[in-house]
Amino acid sequence: MRRPVVSESGTRRSILLKSIPMGMTIAEKILARTSGESSVVPGQIVDAYPDLVMSHTATWRSVNVMERVGATELYDPDRIAIVLDHIAPAKTEKNAWDQQKSREFARKFGIRKFYDIDAGIAHLVLMEAGHVAPGDLIVGTDSHCTIYGSLGALGTGIGYTEVTSVWLTGKLWMKVPRTVRIELTGAFPKGVFAKDLMLRLIGQLGADGCTYESVEFYGALMAGLSVSERMTITNMAMEMGVKCAFVPPDRMTEDYLEGRLSGREYAGIAADPDAAYSRRIDVDLSSLEPMVACPHEVQNTKPVGEVAGTRLDQVFLGSCANAKYEDLVVAASILEGKKIHPDIRFIITPGSKQIMLEAMKSGVLQTLIESGGTLTNPGCGACAGDGGVMADGEVSLSTANRNFLGRMGSSLAEIYLSSPATLAASALRGVISDPREYL
Amino acid sequence: MIEPVKGRIFKFGDNINSDVIIPGRYLIYIDPEKLAEHAFEVLGDGYPDKLRDFQILVAGRNFGCGSAREQAATALIGLGFKAVVAKSFSRTFYRNAINAGLPIVECADLVDAVSEGDEIHIDLASGEIRAGDRRLTFPRIPDSVLELLEVGGLAEYLKARQLRNTGGGQGG
Repeated sequence: MRRPVVSESGTRRSILLKSIPMGMTIAEKILARTSGESSVVPGQIVDAYPDLVMSHTATWRSVNVMERVGATELYDPDRIAIVLDHIAPAKTEKNAWDQQKSREFARKFGIRKFYDIDAGIAHLVLMEAGHVAPGDLIVGTDSHCTIYGSLGALGTGIGYTEVTSVWLTGKLWMKVPRTVRIELTGAFPKGVFAKDLMLRLIGQLGADGCTYESVEFYGALMAGLSVSERMTITNMAMEMGVKCAFVPPDRMTEDYLEGRLSGREYAGIAADPDAAYSRRIDVDLSSLEPMVACPHEVQNTKPVGEVAGTRLDQVFLGSCANAKYEDLVVAASILEGKKIHPDIRFIITPGSKQIMLEAMKSGVLQTLIESGGTLTNPGCGACAGDGGVMADGEVSLSTANRNFLGRMGSSLAEIYLSSPATLAASALRGVISDPREYL
Repeated sequence: MIEPVKGRIFKFGDNINSDVIIPGRYLIYIDPEKLAEHAFEVLGDGYPDKLRDFQILVAGRNFGCGSAREQAATALIGLGFKAVVAKSFSRTFYRNAINAGLPIVECADLVDAVSEGDEIHIDLASGEIRAGDRRLTFPRIPDSVLELLEVGGLAEYLKARQLRNTGGGQGG
């Protein structure tokens, strides 16, 4: 019998040590700094001042709240970032009015970190542009703000009214989360990626496996794991309910940030060696297989072999989880010189304009399009049902992070989730397929 | 002092996500009544109209998981729900409900102790739920949160603060 890939053990804080100052985890350090406390403990509620508050297509709603409140002054326009990524360009007149409202707000208040419909998905755009540094606290109108932990920043989602509140007051109350330590051992086998790891974890721990907790990922392979893969890890961590997730910053992070932060200084951040974790989860990567999330919950995961052969109508290479340059390269490496199955629609939505430009220059886009794909503008696209909508009874395989009922159109359609490699292999055969046969 | 909430309950299971509560294509609306017209519609089966006779939504684990969309809370208000009680909530839904002025209570035992249509009574100030002969308790809601709920949510709270700051309100 094979040993389980994921095993759990509790390492609860000793009551005897309660009165002695203990080391802090990454989330504790960030919440202490941004609330002006010397130290914080899980469960404590602090008034934190975020370094950045992001709003995407929801911005007009926050502007509405500001008008309703009657406020005319912002706490700090330079802590505000706006990226119009969902339903962009505008599809209806209503969308156009909403976007107009967002643009006028940015202009009126001198929001310099404003990115219009050409830029791409907010999370990727903000990281590329150097607005995210290790140790930052970032809140935003999107649950996948957890992705900023790929660079050691605490990112977490809030609603649009709360965004207005942070615009006006500069702060919000936050509860200090407990921290879970996830230790990865071994390396990814061929054809297995960060997406497969996360689908496995979500499947095993469940959609509320880490609700309200911070998660830190460690392991020998991390030193060589690209920032792109780290983004997939911290993005997907949301699907087990986390408040925030971190890959501790290292040399790889520094290399990514070099030249992006335009001179902005940042102190490194790491958990203290004696930081207290609520539990530790060990994951053995060597026995991981490519994974697929089945309809209609992300936690409904299976090894690809168990669903291989499932007929597909559409595949979507997009989203903040897996439409980064590296993801497009992985798909192109499988599709190069080949044609996708004639019954399949293949939608390619690069995560950002920069990613799209890079893929144009390297020829990756040409490979993907020649294989039978159709290219859309960078942004959230079909992940949130904007374009690529599905009809009754249709089945889609997507590299996105959610497969909820009705998310991509009809509630009688089905969405499966996978890595870009599994997606590419499946596009070739028209049915869900194991990518290892092509690598 | 915040008023107790009374009403008939409608029951949901575990992991009801915010895409199911209100699909992304309706996020162009912020009006509670407009959102309510499309709440839970992906479930078919008479939703959302069949929810309109109930005042308290009771659910299992992880209610409101997924997207951080605030309209998941406002859609419930539009349907006429006066409170939500679940075994557990996603953190974004929990915050959004409070900010929208929708009373939200974590109580692990309620969902299994009641049947659909039962009338229950929630005393938000003291942290007690009465369901028939049964009494269940939940951790007392902090005063700061009760204050938000009493004024009808974060926007109203900010409005009052703004009036104070500009001298237009009480104590000006």
